[in-house]
Amino acid sequence: MSKRLPQRASEWLKRDKPISFYFEGQKYQAYEGDTISSALWAAGETVLGRSFKYHRPRGVLSLANHDVNVMLADGTDTNMRGDVLPVQDGMQLTVVNTDGGVKNDKKRFIDAISSILPVGFYYKAFHTPRSLFPFWENIIRKSAGLGVVNFNYPRELKRKLHTHCDLLIIGAGPTGLTAALMAAPHGVNIIVVDENAQAGGSLSYDLGGSDESAKRLADLLAELAKYPNVTLRTGAYAAGYYTDHLIPIVETTGITKVRAKAVIVASGAFEQPPVFRNNDLPGVMLATAAQRLLARYATKPCESAVVFAANKQGYRAAMDLLDAGVTVKAIVDLRAEGEPCSLVDAIKSRGVAIYNGACVYEVLPAANKFGVKGAVICSYDEASAKPLLHDRFTLACDGIIMSAGWAPAAALLYQAGTGMRYEKSAEQFVPAKLPAGMFAAGKVNGIFDLAQRLQDGARAASEALTYLGKQVPSVTVDREYIASPSHPYPMVEHPKGKNFVDFDEDISIKDFVHAAQEGFDNIELMKRFTTVGMGPSQGKHSNMNAIRILARIRQLPVERIGTTTARPFFHPTPIGHLAGRGLHPHRLTTLHGWHEAHDAEFTDVGVWKRPAWYRRAGLEKQQAIYEEALAVRKAAGMIDVGTLGKLEVRGPDAAEFLERFYTGSFKTQKIGRTRYALLLDEAGVMVDDGIACRIAEDYFYITASTTNAAAVYREMQRWLQIWQLDVGLVNVTGAYGGINLAGPAARGILSRLTLRPLDDASLPFGAVCDTEIAGVPARLIRVGFVSDLAFEMHVPAGSAQHVWNALLENGAAEGLRPFGTDTQRLLRLEMGNHLIGQDTDGLTQPFEAGSEGAIQFEKPFFIGQRSLQIIARKPLNKRLVPFTLSEGYQGETINECNLVIGADGNIKGRVTSIAFSPTVGRFIGFAYVDPANVAEGAAFNIRTDSGSLVMARVAATPFVQLQSEA
Amino acid sequence: MPLRLLKYALSRKHPAPRFFRDCTEPKKSYDAVIIGGGGHGLAAAYYLAKDHGITNVAVLEKGYIGGGNTGRNTTIVRSNYLTPEGVNFYDASVKIYEGLSEELDINLFYSTRGHFTLAHTESALRTMRWRAEVNKHVGVDSYVVGPDEISKACPQLDISCSGKAPIVGALYHGPGSIARHDAVAWGYARGADSMGVEIFQNTEVTGLDIQSGKIKGVHTSRGYIATNKVLSAVAGFTPRITNMAGVDTPIVIHPLQACVSEPMKPWLNTILVSGSLHVYVSQSSRGELVMGSSLDPYEVHSTRSSLDFVEGLTSHMLDMFPFLSNVKIVRQWAGMADMTPDFSPIMGTTPVEGFYLDAGWGTWGFKATPISGKTMAATMANDQAPELIKPFRLSRFEDYDLTGEKGAASVGH
Ligand SMILES: Cc1cc2nc3c(=O)[nH]c(=O)nc-3n(C[C@H](O)[C@H](O)[C@H](O)COP(=O)(O)OP(=O)(O)OC[C@H]3O[C@@H](n4cnc5c(N)ncnc54)[C@H](O)[C@@H]3O)c2cc1C
Repeated sequence: MSKRLPQRASEWLKRDKPISFYFEGQKYQAYEGDTISSALWAAGETVLGRSFKYHRPRGVLSLANHDVNVMLADGTDTNMRGDVLPVQDGMQLTVVNTDGGVKNDKKRFIDAISSILPVGFYYKAFHTPRSLFPFWENIIRKSAGLGVVNFNYPRELKRKLHTHCDLLIIGAGPTGLTAALMAAPHGVNIIVVDENAQAGGSLSYDLGGSDESAKRLADLLAELAKYPNVTLRTGAYAAGYYTDHLIPIVETTGITKVRAKAVIVASGAFEQPPVFRNNDLPGVMLATAAQRLLARYATKPCESAVVFAANKQGYRAAMDLLDAGVTVKAIVDLRAEGEPCSLVDAIKSRGVAIYNGACVYEVLPAANKFGVKGAVICSYDEASAKPLLHDRFTLACDGIIMSAGWAPAAALLYQAGTGMRYEKSAEQFVPAKLPAGMFAAGKVNGIFDLAQRLQDGARAASEALTYLGKQVPSVTVDREYIASPSHPYPMVEHPKGKNFVDFDEDISIKDFVHAAQEGFDNIELMKRFTTVGMGPSQGKHSNMNAIRILARIRQLPVERIGTTTARPFFHPTPIGHLAGRGLHPHRLTTLHGWHEAHDAEFTDVGVWKRPAWYRRAGLEKQQAIYEEALAVRKAAGMIDVGTLGKLEVRGPDAAEFLERFYTGSFKTQKIGRTRYALLLDEAGVMVDDGIACRIAEDYFYITASTTNAAAVYREMQRWLQIWQLDVGLVNVTGAYGGINLAGPAARGILSRLTLRPLDDASLPFGAVCDTEIAGVPARLIRVGFVSDLAFEMHVPAGSAQHVWNALLENGAAEGLRPFGTDTQRLLRLEMGNHLIGQDTDGLTQPFEAGSEGAIQFEKPFFIGQRSLQIIARKPLNKRLVPFTLSEGYQGETINECNLVIGADGNIKGRVTSIAFSPTVGRFIGFAYVDPANVAEGAAFNIRTDSGSLVMARVAATPFVQLQSEA
Repeated sequence: MPLRLLKYALSRKHPAPRFFRDCTEPKKSYDAVIIGGGGHGLAAAYYLAKDHGITNVAVLEKGYIGGGNTGRNTTIVRSNYLTPEGVNFYDASVKIYEGLSEELDINLFYSTRGHFTLAHTESALRTMRWRAEVNKHVGVDSYVVGPDEISKACPQLDISCSGKAPIVGALYHGPGSIARHDAVAWGYARGADSMGVEIFQNTEVTGLDIQSGKIKGVHTSRGYIATNKVLSAVAGFTPRITNMAGVDTPIVIHPLQACVSEPMKPWLNTILVSGSLHVYVSQSSRGELVMGSSLDPYEVHSTRSSLDFVEGLTSHMLDMFPFLSNVKIVRQWAGMADMTPDFSPIMGTTPVEGFYLDAGWGTWGFKATPISGKTMAATMANDQAPELIKPFRLSRFEDYDLTGEKGAASVGH
């Protein structure tokens, strides 16, 4: 039966835009502006979902984004919240977590056997015998969880925006809007956000039987619209609070990260359900949910209602119900004193019976628990919180509208570090000590009367403006309560239970009692044991009642119980929103296009893309690498080394700085010469190496490895701050391209492109000079990493392509070929050079790696020196050695990280590099071995993947000489 | 339905008795005092009583039991470490865990899922191989697998990671498991309590009484307690206690964050870790995806959450599982990780006689809860650390004899 009312002034429906959709296979009509729940409720549907644990039918509870039992799937998406999600034309919705549909859910039997599933039951069973646990776990996992994830859901990355404002106001209810209006004339930049589709908060539904609220809202909005410095964003929730007023605002389109100078939290309060048997049946709902249905969606919550109240809100809702033509059978007020406000007379005059000091003892279910048939009402003793059954009677009705109190929507305040206190007169936690720049107003501040809320909004605005440096008069608020908006203990015990506190997790009063009896009588332990507040609504409607119950069990005041920690997010926030567009920056050298055009196979080295090798028609990878390597050995090859870190160290203290930073000595270094630069950390671990070129007395040019360049630069900056030397540091990594030209033909090729003499006398190994190559200014370094004859050219990044091309052209005749990093690794191995990071690990010190030669122990200081002095006195555990396998080795492949096993069967070390060298004609490599066994020719055993032992022998380096000597 | 449950439910006796007594009045002295009612402190108390018959023990917890890192961690249990010392130690823990639900008679939901450490680069794969070799040597089940085998175990995983960081292989570790963290603390608490150990919640240690290099007692928010043996098992609070003891450690505190999605039906049956993408994930028995990342880069004694953590993490989750775009994150949190330079713990005796240290658990200590409890109990009982934990002695930092686990613990926890 349709519950839709004729058009109302306050409604959000677009009556001119009718739509239709399917729910559990059946077709329904709705209007644009409806949420899924409002549309179904208007259509007379009551069973909108099933509860998580007991599979009980559930309907509307809050319509405020915590009706977690109405979770839907539409074939694409899942866990969609019916209470707040706008319904769309053509939607095909099903309820998640049912077995056989929402009406015929076969799992409903669990409700009947719930008594054998007491709180925490899963801790007490299924684990013996242990062999059966996987079986039980499988069943438990399948019954847990809500929706089924769609593995084909499209990858959606939402936009992310950043913005700043002077004042962020969270909540566009009467309080927030008033605050905005007060602050607006002072020239501050204001953003107001509200999670609802439209602004207004309680003014948009809490009408109390008159249109006054709606008019007030219209006036406020009209006034606010006059200020261009105020932005109002609806459908936008503040998802969390992060340090320094960083607040992500979530909308369907994406996240806006707002950094605000001041924040007013006017987020209101969540209405809390009183707890009584069957308070979860469809048709039992919070007063504010009923009011939302009526005002926003022109939908009757029921035809004939019993209002179960313990505050004024219940009476306002009763007025709204009456005005909408709903029969109100009675108001059952938990308070012996009843309601003091004048609405009482108005309601009485409309023939509604009011029972004070009474409770709804239980709700009588309609068939299949699909709705409400009536309410059993009896007296209630507030002091002992006991129902008094002697006078019980039954009223037939199809709806119970409940209103017993509130919990502040204070999550953001908690996250910001606000100290809260329990305000007894409001029976609510309110902010006691707010962090600088944070302000709270309205219901979240424990103020409920509309006039007082408006004052409080103005007060918060005035305080925020003062904080922002404006001269404004202060505003005072009278925090007067005629009656508390919240009842201190709205719980009605029932021997048969099913009086729910947490609807997400189906937790009822006895569960708390049992948990406490078992020792979980601390709010955090209780939360963890019962799982209260751990469901998707994160305790919005359950935490406060849990605290009240525990306080009663422990006979402590509520404030002694405290609250559980509130953490982001305010509402569950989609991964695609949080992820944003996902920037994965990587760097390319100016030669990248050329590499691509020439079939390079790329690899990631740090943030860079580098050619690993170049594909060649008809050649396997290994073959292609061998050819590149052989070209270097026989003629010439070149590699793009533009990715190397390039750091300029300048200033009078430049040499002193390097002397402290690296292990070598640099003060004695001659201009025009290079030195090996080894960096340790303070524990003496090898971190990086490169070369230091002395360009002038006070000017060094340093290279660092591609992977570590940024880290080395960062370390340099850090140490420079500590040492306070007169040195300037510039990271010029991206400014210069780099090409390494290597092989016996390198000199010949290069000499045709430069006037600079390149012979050993003019440019010996270890020399550096600034010159011109192919008409381009270049820094030329004689290096020896991959070949004993090699030149490294550093040229302006924009000119690298020009030089590369010139070299290629000039070297064509000799057979010059480009090579990649895989080949480079083989070449350096052939040369007997170890690689930091490959042949060392996070603990390797120079004695183990055989790098003592690079260390000037006598220097007054270098990073890691003190550690090395201690390490030097200790016996070595392992030592890196070059090795070869026997000539013609054909056995099982040895892999990097195969272990070196000693005669005692223990691990002595591992292989760090191994490759077959086509030049040497053997397998060559590096391995850590027993330091007692490092003489050239010494044998040791490597264990292969399959477990057999292969003998290797310590060799001399460079390996490539093996052949020439042979 | 297991018979046990029926019997329990139908008996009039439920709710069951308290897990542990509500102790509020400490005695004047105890044979041993344990600072910290996390998993480690409670386990040490349990084994002190069970293995060594020392039952006159007080556990002092400043908040509620399991409320520190024990209750914040993402519960990965594994033993595929890098050093033989580490592998042996964690393997001993895994073995206890496997029978612990039965021993403590509480369902810890110890769920063996298999653990993949994904490699996106050749160099990462090299570290996997190294770990596999060492694991094999020690007798722990782990080996390197290729993309096909990963896909078979987790068909939903985008092996190319949206083209950004293609997976080239993984270290597979069959025994990798997850468990219910709270239950571990509660189970040990109940076991210890039933043998006479007294557990004091809301009881903070505020000072140590040390005379001539010997521990004599502790000052607490409930007064002074005399004792000759004190164990500090306070994880992220270690520097505060070691400062009281005048014991120097290289521990620094970094926040470690995690987050959890809303529950969904089971689909992820393995534990996945990606070092390159800084993300690890498993699906809890409740159906939530439990996700974490590497350590926050700066030292700070705080448990606040940050937005960039969850932004970074989710973006990498989407690279691995593009279909999760509209799955929602419910909650994020942080713990304070007590980090050591070599990513191994600090366990054993200290220069102060009778003062024992169980610390440096950083991001990896949940899995060690049983074995650290057992070995620290032995250390306290014998005033000497057993062989198994000697590699983790405090003096190793002076001796430059580190047990380097960075390669196996930086994201993998
Ligand atoms: C986000 C996160 C994820 C993690 N993931 C994993 C994982 O997947 N696998 C894994 O193995 N490990 C993981 N860890 C690490 C693991 O959680 C910890 O190493 C482990 O729980 C430490 O246990 P504990 O008992 O030593 O410390 P805690 O559980 O922290 O207990 C210490 C207790 O000491 C108390 N205390 C402190 N000071 C005092 C005092 N002065 N007086 C009295 N009491 C005091 C504290 O209140 C606390 O309860 C993770 C950690 C975090 C933060």
